[in-house]
Amino acid sequence: MIVNEQVAVDHGLKKDEYAKICELLKRTPNITELGIFSAMWNEHCSYKSSRLHLKKLPTKGKKVIQGPGENAGVIDIEDNDAIVFKIESHNHPSFIEPYQGAATGVGGIMRDVFTMGARPIANLNSIHFGSPQNKKTKNLLRGVVHGIGGYGNCMGVPTIAGQTSFDSSYNGNILVNAMTLGLVKKDKIFYSKAAGLNKPVIYVGSKTGRDGIHGASMASASFDEKIEEKKPTVQVGDPFTEKLLLEACLELMAGDSIIAIQDMGAAGLTSSSIEMASKGNLGIEINLNKVPCRETKMTPYEIMLSESQERMLIVLENGKEEQAKKIFDKWNLDFAVIGKTTKSKKIELYFDEEKVADIPVNTLVENSPMYDRKWKKAKLPKKNKIKKEDLKHLKIIDVLKKILANPNVCSKEWIWQQYDHTVMGDTIQKPGGDSGVVRVHGTDKAVAASVDSSAVYCWAHPITGGKQVVCESFRNLISVGAKPIAITNCLNFGSPENEENMGEFVECVQGIGEASEYLKFPVVSGNVSFYNQTKEEGIKPTPAIGGVGLIKNYQNMITMDFKEVDNLVLVIGKTEGHIDQSLFARNILDEKNGPPPEVNLFNEKNNGETLLKLIDNNLIKSAHDVSLGGIITAVSKMCIKGKKGINIKKPKYLIHEIEYFFAEDQGRYIIEINKKDFKKVADILHKNAVHFDELGTINENELYINDKTKVTIDELSTSNKSWLTDYMSK
Amino acid sequence: MKSSVITFPGSNCDRDMDVALKKFGFKNKMVWHADAELPKSDLVVLPGGFSYGDYLRCGSMASKSKIMQSVINFANSGGMVMGICNGFQILVETGLVPGVLLRNKYLEFICKNVFVKINDKKNKYFKNVDNDVLELHIAHNEGNYFCTDDQLKEIKDNNQIAINYCDENGKIEDQFNPNGSLKNIAGIFNKEKNVLGMMPHPERMIDTSLSGEDGSLFFKNLINNLK
Repeated sequence: MIVNEQVAVDHGLKKDEYAKICELLKRTPNITELGIFSAMWNEHCSYKSSRLHLKKLPTKGKKVIQGPGENAGVIDIEDNDAIVFKIESHNHPSFIEPYQGAATGVGGIMRDVFTMGARPIANLNSIHFGSPQNKKTKNLLRGVVHGIGGYGNCMGVPTIAGQTSFDSSYNGNILVNAMTLGLVKKDKIFYSKAAGLNKPVIYVGSKTGRDGIHGASMASASFDEKIEEKKPTVQVGDPFTEKLLLEACLELMAGDSIIAIQDMGAAGLTSSSIEMASKGNLGIEINLNKVPCRETKMTPYEIMLSESQERMLIVLENGKEEQAKKIFDKWNLDFAVIGKTTKSKKIELYFDEEKVADIPVNTLVENSPMYDRKWKKAKLPKKNKIKKEDLKHLKIIDVLKKILANPNVCSKEWIWQQYDHTVMGDTIQKPGGDSGVVRVHGTDKAVAASVDSSAVYCWAHPITGGKQVVCESFRNLISVGAKPIAITNCLNFGSPENEENMGEFVECVQGIGEASEYLKFPVVSGNVSFYNQTKEEGIKPTPAIGGVGLIKNYQNMITMDFKEVDNLVLVIGKTEGHIDQSLFARNILDEKNGPPPEVNLFNEKNNGETLLKLIDNNLIKSAHDVSLGGIITAVSKMCIKGKKGINIKKPKYLIHEIEYFFAEDQGRYIIEINKKDFKKVADILHKNAVHFDELGTINENELYINDKTKVTIDELSTSNKSWLTDYMSK
Repeated sequence: MKSSVITFPGSNCDRDMDVALKKFGFKNKMVWHADAELPKSDLVVLPGGFSYGDYLRCGSMASKSKIMQSVINFANSGGMVMGICNGFQILVETGLVPGVLLRNKYLEFICKNVFVKINDKKNKYFKNVDNDVLELHIAHNEGNYFCTDDQLKEIKDNNQIAINYCDENGKIEDQFNPNGSLKNIAGIFNKEKNVLGMMPHPERMIDTSLSGEDGSLFFKNLINNLK
């Protein structure tokens, strides 16, 4: 096939990018080489629109062992233990084929983690769908949930937490972000940097097929009406093979024969070999006839661009081939020496004794395009004046029931019951709490993890929204008694070629950066997904933040269910009555404009750290952060979980009752304490200048407000639990 | 007491079972599916997971593993063999226990706590358990027990039903049946009651920090009964 500008454009390259390729190579690339460039230079692999901005994120910290740039980030959790973690998107494929798209997203992120030598110990996910009324939503949701479960359950890794939301901006582009945490010994972490000359390059895992060719390019473009035709670009997952690959890799890693290892994810053999060579400042030579293929007559182009799953590339020490092969034979996996490292600093590919590609590595990596895209600054919207008359006719309990049954607040049990969340025998906090918590096997420690996003806030004001998501992650970890350590981010946006979408990206990243810097909650890994867009319609900006924290003694973990009748309930943090962009404003008042709640980083840090002090002093019986739906929604969830009621008295503020109960001011938690500890708790809060309200006292099974309004917890529980089950069974 | 846990390709509850058995005093060995010989054991456990990906019928490939001939011989000579979840599915495929396990009634994987009623205590698995009802944990996609009318009659005549899904008070009703199993069957014996297959995972309930502690009751009692 003759390569020309049109062929390059068909590969998703821009005309000037093609010209640059010809200039770098000083000749016209052949089709295999063009395919390799298109795979490496697309948005998904090259981060060409985002790199400039991502550099500004804080990535260092005392506990950070490895920041962005490797397969996943690594943090120190003491005693020579480390946690490897990352979140990644699989949005585009999941819309085209929800089961396989979601399944391979989970498979891919687990591979990123065990490539570094860590055994995966927990999965999380953040999934976002169109409006429940949209006719595609139900099938997409079912397919994605089955796909996530199908892969994670078979791997035997518990899915311990997640987030699901519905918004019409996802009608044409759903989001599926998968996160994995793995456990590794600090001195047994494996990296992807190749080193040494003439070292054997090994291919292990599944055979290469024709599936997923151009998957990464597909994920770097907007959707149009012909999107269904892209089905062949979606990979097909085989969790059984991945389980074998996991066990075989960990067995090999127990020895000392691996120099570098890299999974074949997006852009398959192409990106894995090039990344290893680039990091090691080496060349790699591969004989493509040696690559194990599933189908006959695969061309070099297809072999290099296939995104078949469950494959790894390893650079071994010389002479260790036989020993390594034995392990992969035991697990019935393919093992092939396909090439070697060279000093050429080039990728050289041979097929049928002919050289089919010869590309300097730096042209693919360092010289890949980087754009400073135009972007538009967002204005802070004007505050709405809520008229007291609008609130007058509202009955709190009716509003509360509606909010508890709102798709974005309701119980997601229908979803997480389909995920094995207890395998591995260390899950001590299941889905449905503020964070999922797993013990570090065989120790007193536990690791908490949460995944959050607040697209509505980010859409209303990206900088504030970006900050808010990081703070929410911080709060969710603290609520279970964990000290927050670091985050991973999955940045889901529309087209970077649209100035407004690009502006949302730039400013969300700015907000994330500011908050993570202030809270000492650095970003150690992440992924960017642009072009979540159908024709001109982009999604609401949806950065998802995966936070990880440590609980030193798991016996001190906190849960959100109310524990005991007569205990006191306090609200930590000040309630100003911010209603704009709240679930209440958007769904009850039908007011979609206005600014999101302000984020005060000093209060976030101070309130959170003070709560950790209270937890350390064993003064907290239960805790829950206040988020969507405000104080009363948070309290109701604690009642439902604990099967207890509460007598609430609204503190004598000037703000209206409705504002007090449904406002979404930030930096707040609900806590339960024993009456006898009140003075101690109040002292600590005062000393640390943390505002608190006395909210009420726990009772048997009813929610009372100011002694007059009441509802049974059973009724609230039904509102909260039935929406999703009913929706899915209709 | 010596136990052996078989690891098949795709087993994923093998470690959890190892942890549980050791916690309650067993000297446990992990046995690879391709081995021919079983180590000397007082109990053999086929753990949960997705042996061979469950790509064919669940458990069918594993039931033909090399080690399984030794396990079958061991069972036929009266040895204690317990299959949990995928292990139960494997046992069914070997014919050591009657019946089959179909896809769950609502076609969805279920992971949650359930209550089971112990139907028979004249066997080494449940003898001396104080409680009649245990709270255990299930996590499966194919736990919907089914057998023919003739088989069911025989199972009942021989008192082979081990445990039934029920509520916390032991009431066995359709509404407490999580997966559509015939007669709420959650676990079943062979005729001689040395082989037990069950869907619930007692090994996930051995610690108050986990989903519950009734699994501890089961294991403590089991090792005592074997002594």
